[in-house]
Amino acid sequence: MTELLPDPVPARAMGSARLRADGPAKVTGLATYAVEHPADDPLHLWLVQSTVARGRLVDLDTAAALAHPGVVSVLDHTNAPRLVTDDPDTTDPELVVLQDDRVAFRGQIVAAVLAETSEAAREGAALVTARYETEPHRAELRDDSPAYAPESVNPDQPTDSDDGDVEAGLAEADVVVDQTYRTAYEHNNPLEPHALSVTWLEDDDGPRVTLVDSTQGVHPVAATLAPMLGLEKDRVRVRAPYVGGGFGSKGLPHAPEMAAVLAARTVPGRAVKLAVTRQQMFALTGYRTATVSHFRLGARADGTLLAIDHQVREQTSALKEYAEQTATPTRMLYAAPHRRTRHRLVELDVAVPSWMRAPGEMPGVYAHEIAMDELAIACGLDPIELRLRNEPDVDPETGKPFSGRRLVECLERGADLFGWADRTPEPRATADGEWWVGTGVASATYPTMTQAGSQARVSALGGGRYSVAVGAVDIGTGARTVLAQIAADALGCAVEAVDLEIADTDLPMATVAGGSSGTSSWGSAIVAAAQLFRRDHGEDPDSGVHTTASAAQSPGMEQYATHAFGAVFAQTRVHRYTGEVRVPRLLGVYSVGRVLNPVTARSQLLGGLTMGLSAALFEESHRDPRFGHVVTQDLATYHVASHADVRGIEAVWLDEEDPHVNPMGSRGIGEIGIVGTAAAVANATFHATGVRVRQIPVTADRFVG
Amino acid sequence: MRELAYLRPDDVGAAVAAVTDNPRAQYLGGGTNLVDHLKLGVTSPELLVDVRRLPLDEVEEVAGEDGPVLRVGANVRNSDVAAHPVVRSVFPAVARALLSGASGQIRNQATTAGNLLQRTRCVYFQDVTTPCNKREPGTGCSAIGGYARYNAILGASEACVTTHPSDLAVALAALDATVVVRGAEGERRLPVRELHRLPGDRPEEDTTLAHGELITAVELTAGRLTRRSTYYKARDRASYAFALVSVAGALQLDGDTVTDVRLAWGGVAHRPWRATVAEDALRGSTFSEEAVLAACDRELAAAVTSEDSAFKVPMVRNVSALVLGRLAKEDR
Amino acid sequence: MQAEITLTVDGTEHRTTVDTRTTVLDLLRERLGNTSPKKGCDHGQCGSCTVLLDGRRHLTCLALAVAHDGAEVVTSAGLAAASDDELHPVQRAFLDHDGLQCGYCTPGQVCSAVGMLDEAEQGHPSHVTDDLEAVPELDDDEIRERMSGNLCRCGAYAGILAAVREAARS
Repeated sequence: MTELLPDPVPARAMGSARLRADGPAKVTGLATYAVEHPADDPLHLWLVQSTVARGRLVDLDTAAALAHPGVVSVLDHTNAPRLVTDDPDTTDPELVVLQDDRVAFRGQIVAAVLAETSEAAREGAALVTARYETEPHRAELRDDSPAYAPESVNPDQPTDSDDGDVEAGLAEADVVVDQTYRTAYEHNNPLEPHALSVTWLEDDDGPRVTLVDSTQGVHPVAATLAPMLGLEKDRVRVRAPYVGGGFGSKGLPHAPEMAAVLAARTVPGRAVKLAVTRQQMFALTGYRTATVSHFRLGARADGTLLAIDHQVREQTSALKEYAEQTATPTRMLYAAPHRRTRHRLVELDVAVPSWMRAPGEMPGVYAHEIAMDELAIACGLDPIELRLRNEPDVDPETGKPFSGRRLVECLERGADLFGWADRTPEPRATADGEWWVGTGVASATYPTMTQAGSQARVSALGGGRYSVAVGAVDIGTGARTVLAQIAADALGCAVEAVDLEIADTDLPMATVAGGSSGTSSWGSAIVAAAQLFRRDHGEDPDSGVHTTASAAQSPGMEQYATHAFGAVFAQTRVHRYTGEVRVPRLLGVYSVGRVLNPVTARSQLLGGLTMGLSAALFEESHRDPRFGHVVTQDLATYHVASHADVRGIEAVWLDEEDPHVNPMGSRGIGEIGIVGTAAAVANATFHATGVRVRQIPVTADRFVG
Repeated sequence: MRELAYLRPDDVGAAVAAVTDNPRAQYLGGGTNLVDHLKLGVTSPELLVDVRRLPLDEVEEVAGEDGPVLRVGANVRNSDVAAHPVVRSVFPAVARALLSGASGQIRNQATTAGNLLQRTRCVYFQDVTTPCNKREPGTGCSAIGGYARYNAILGASEACVTTHPSDLAVALAALDATVVVRGAEGERRLPVRELHRLPGDRPEEDTTLAHGELITAVELTAGRLTRRSTYYKARDRASYAFALVSVAGALQLDGDTVTDVRLAWGGVAHRPWRATVAEDALRGSTFSEEAVLAACDRELAAAVTSEDSAFKVPMVRNVSALVLGRLAKEDR
Repeated sequence: MQAEITLTVDGTEHRTTVDTRTTVLDLLRERLGNTSPKKGCDHGQCGSCTVLLDGRRHLTCLALAVAHDGAEVVTSAGLAAASDDELHPVQRAFLDHDGLQCGYCTPGQVCSAVGMLDEAEQGHPSHVTDDLEAVPELDDDEIRERMSGNLCRCGAYAGILAAVREAARS
């Protein structure tokens, strides 16, 4: 296997509109998702969750469950197969399931019922009764909760940053905005709940496990589970042919996956299917912590920023630390001589938080961009003009030049398209019948990353056809479509001549579909493999020859600060009688390098905008601190945007390429759509009503009076 | 979900007898709420008596003492009631209430009677791991001091602070509909306003029906007032969401004078809340938005709120003004 | 308790014994091998399990199989199989307008759209219909409202709207 620094690829198929390759399978429902994978005579697994937030499991009565017709067995910590947990480097505390009697949060897996049918498994789980020795728990993120500074924030960034003297900058400022902005607990809620089908096999070479999993990364799942199972990674085969969304929650394996593997180990040769329920997802498959951002912006009267201070309080779990990087975008978004960021964590006895679409950027930019709106008003400036006055020449965080920073053009293009010039500066100035009407704007940014480690294999199939294999996953992003376009251009052939294989650990290593880095990481590997293939095997290769390669990181990634940018514009209507908020118009303008497929890219960006709108107005996981779990644990009480909520929505982008990040000239697009959107909507509700709401979701009760 | 026996009798009498005789039997209609509860473990009947195919599926116009009556069979689907031409023209509040509820699919499944008998969506009621007096009498009310956004502000008790989720029931309460009930002893009629009850110290009982009693029809008497009726449901999500508050109203003006008015509120109490105090204050008065707000304030003097449910007072008052204001505009 | 029922799925009649607790959705997915309807919430809160049941759009997660003895079910797979083309026109429109991403809600969206267009054809009003007594015109707001029983977490609503709008025209 060779590493190659790939040359830029001339765009032919790249950039052209191609319909989703797996579209026909999806619209008919013939595409099979994890648990739908056919298996002979499978067993069904149902999880039993703790009903206390902290303590010890004293007794588990399984007699009634075992007596229920169809129930095969009940796994608990006394009889579940043992995991390898003595190596801290490979032991994920979240995945240490059914190993001891400790309860670290309410909803934790304390048993699992295997049965011949899903009905029997469900009832078997209901019949298990547990007795606990409870201990006092903490489950509320309060302003006075003791907090600590983590060693780093997700994924591996400094906890704090200090440039200049913030207090001096604030003292010198003519105008200061000093406010606190809050975001709610949010659950990813992909439409396909976490699910897997797993079979444990014993053959001559020892145990072998096969999973059809709903995951954003088959290789990461195998690499994470294998050492804890005492297996080499190649003894764990993971496939994920179709995945019903993830939004970060399927980026890492969670406890249910491990529980299913342990259950399968007790019934070698027989498939075990686990479909996590929607309710269980609220405790077991990750979520975004609530965040509290204390912002202080100091500016001269003309709006020029002197000081930016962003201090974040958020929550982690006692079982496993996760530090949302909420203040990291503040380090690079605007110029100011004096800057400070802090992250502090409150450790609670609660479910483990994890990645949710644009972790850090989503809540952080939300806070920053409302603070900027407040500053604009304090300075008597148009909010776009304020942003133009604080454009940095180089990245304020690293001092490096940007590989491309066209935020200003995004704002100006958006203003043009949105009709911003017609806007009345005063809030609560426009009424339309029963509604107040207003508009708002926010900037958006998301780092451009390429993850190291992906490999691709190009094989000649004869007759001018090629197989291109990479163990990547298409979670709905369009990877299956776009990677074939990249491969075609890298090989200099038609897209139709490429047989793309993905979603299997039997295929070359690929990193997770996350961090808006999938296409860049996998695409770079494909280009490297294709270019090396051509070098080694020429334009008319013999059938069967193949090349596997990975891509060396583009030197530009070191030389430049690489980020995507965007501007979001929202119009809101707030009902004068009820306070109900509606969003008739939402527009995102993006600078994301080369757009490789306008069809799937537009959908991704619209999807991000939609999720941002949803977070702005609806999404809130209400944790009841008395119990310790989220009580709005279904889709009737945890609202995500419905079709009627998404009206005039559009995403456009600047025509460009970024030559510094990868051979395709593209940046990531999966996450930037959600960034800034909640701020644009919230700012628009202020403009409509004159009422400033500094927390999301922005609900009707905030405006009724 | 417990193992279940299932019975599908051919006639109403057999169905009523089957449930009356077995305290652990329940009727199955469209199933949109019951199947949900079976899975959650909220309820565990040992026998389901399927009444969905009983011949209670007609909408008929019959003569009544006070005018023409529309008799809606218990099994008529919500979507079919809402689409019925007489409902649309003579009882618009009913059509609007139904159309604001659930989704197109659910309205195709849910029945008229089932809609009235659906149970609260209180998150604690639906979560069998938390105490709930309605689900398990005597265990306590978790909603007090808990997630309170959908809690009642009127008529609640220390035992239960939840709200009734039906939109249809609110519209029917405003229009003084009658419910036809069949029990082991025969048929009886009761005003829909007497169907649902306040929780008191027996929150496990949603309605005044005895075990085994089956709703066979709902009757609506047409009048000038019913034609001038409408329904507004306030909610954060624009569709497919339960009400924060809702208002069914009907109004009859003579010039600017209110000759008759109906006002019923949803999302504020354990049953649809007929705002009779407000109605009495408005009847005979000169119509204005201020008059409606003042009348509502009288009704709401009894409201008890928590920090998270306090918004319902101004909201329901404003929506009442909105609803009656729209009707007044139509009537003028 | 077990019961014997007959269910016609995508044109094929199945005589089968079911647990009285089994939903139509689980019968389809776990016994009859038809995974076209999806399970997104299992409680009637997402619409992923929508099929056409006796000709109308219907959730299968809240339908007990035993109570639907004799019913005729058409899934999105059945819509395709019954079409002259490889895809039903509504499916083709979803594809052309990229009204999907992960695809999990999609078969339910398709069935819902087919059922909804039929309801509109019959003149059924919706929550956003201004004049209840008129025959509603299927404009964008009407389509959005009528399709709101199908959640899409990927946020493909704009594409879904365009697809349904096109299907409504033809």
